[in-house]
Amino acid sequence: MADAPVRGPLVARDRLWHPPAYAPGYKTSVTRAPSRALVAAPSTLSEETGPAFGQDMLGELDNNLILNFTGQPAIGERIIMHGRVQDDQGRPVPGALLEIWQANAGGRYRHKKDGYAAPLDPNFGGCGRTVTNAEGRYEFLTIRPGAYPWPNGPNDWRPMHIHISVFGSGFGQRLITQMYFEGDPLIARCPIVNTIKDGSAIEQLVAPLDMSAAIPMDCLAYRFDITLRGRRQTFFENRPEGL
Amino acid sequence: MTKLPYLPETPSQTAGPYVHIGLTPNALGNAGIYPQDLGISPIRDGAKGERITIRGTVTDGAGMILRDALIETWQADAEGLYPAPNEARGQADPNVTGWARVIADFDSGQWTLNTIKPGSVPHTSGGTMAPHISLWVVARGVNIGLQTRIYFEDELAANKKCPILARIEHKDRMRTLLAKKTGNGEYWFEVKLQGEDETIFFDL
Repeated sequence: MADAPVRGPLVARDRLWHPPAYAPGYKTSVTRAPSRALVAAPSTLSEETGPAFGQDMLGELDNNLILNFTGQPAIGERIIMHGRVQDDQGRPVPGALLEIWQANAGGRYRHKKDGYAAPLDPNFGGCGRTVTNAEGRYEFLTIRPGAYPWPNGPNDWRPMHIHISVFGSGFGQRLITQMYFEGDPLIARCPIVNTIKDGSAIEQLVAPLDMSAAIPMDCLAYRFDITLRGRRQTFFENRPEGL
Repeated sequence: MTKLPYLPETPSQTAGPYVHIGLTPNALGNAGIYPQDLGISPIRDGAKGERITIRGTVTDGAGMILRDALIETWQADAEGLYPAPNEARGQADPNVTGWARVIADFDSGQWTLNTIKPGSVPHTSGGTMAPHISLWVVARGVNIGLQTRIYFEDELAANKKCPILARIEHKDRMRTLLAKKTGNGEYWFEVKLQGEDETIFFDL
């Protein structure tokens, strides 16, 4: 299959599929949501272009979160997180930069603002990065993050999740999201998950267990495919009539 | 009726308060994973154009300065060419990478961008977009990254002809996109997420 196009106007975002800025169940959004309507226009060169990220900038262990902090293995359930980055027509997006970050197996982040009771793992940094290959595929080796409590409602817990930042070929495709794990009962209770109104959109963020990619006697696997904002392709150019 | 076969975009989720672990681990103090953070500067030594420094803050609807905001910036070189593999008009200045990540200071919330002033960029309408830097703002409590642009208050003539600024119906709000000149090559730009003087955010 041909690759996703890297030039051309971006398809408008479906703002009803994404979470709205104002979602009072997630309390911090209340004062951080713009109250005025977004000023909309077709994409321009400023959104259609973007920097390039090559495989050559990657270190050998960049996508191995089990080993990339100290060289000694992190504690936790060993998992492969893998998938494909594609456009709105299912065409592969090679060269996409993926950066992930997550809590350790106890639900604690290596961050100065996180003071949760679970201890830090001295061998877990919690971040990784990779660039999709010619087929748009990517792979991380990591540990399954723990759930953790957070100050929102009186007793809110985040389901197990991995944060993912995706950079395609255009700055206007920029996306950050979170991957959840099939079967986690905390997903349905999470105020951040529930900022998304459409149940099928939430489903898109839940990675199924992928036993075909699991390595026997070593690690389980979860599959997470990512769809980026597409580009429109037409033989008709957008320009004033007669030019 | 036939259902169109397009796949929906993966929905956004907030970057949360710990975004630095993933995107700027060295700035956070988690050194040793990557030699350096990505996007530490949009320019290298020798970049052509006027050197400028833009400082600013991100504030919420209660007037509080965010200490957990992360901003990505993307801009053209001094001639208005994007340093992008998909830039079809020509080769941009090799000393301009165009892209940077800046974070709110963990204590003061102030951010700083050292760069060059970008050139004007053509628009498909046949018009010309005034010099601008595209911003993408994420933080805890921001459910989908916010798009805005820094324009420059000292580019009056170019701003008047910019087809994107012309889309703004409430003209009095246009000032929220203008970096204020505070000195020679120095500007100030506040991102106000909500309320009075709320920054214009785009859907482009």
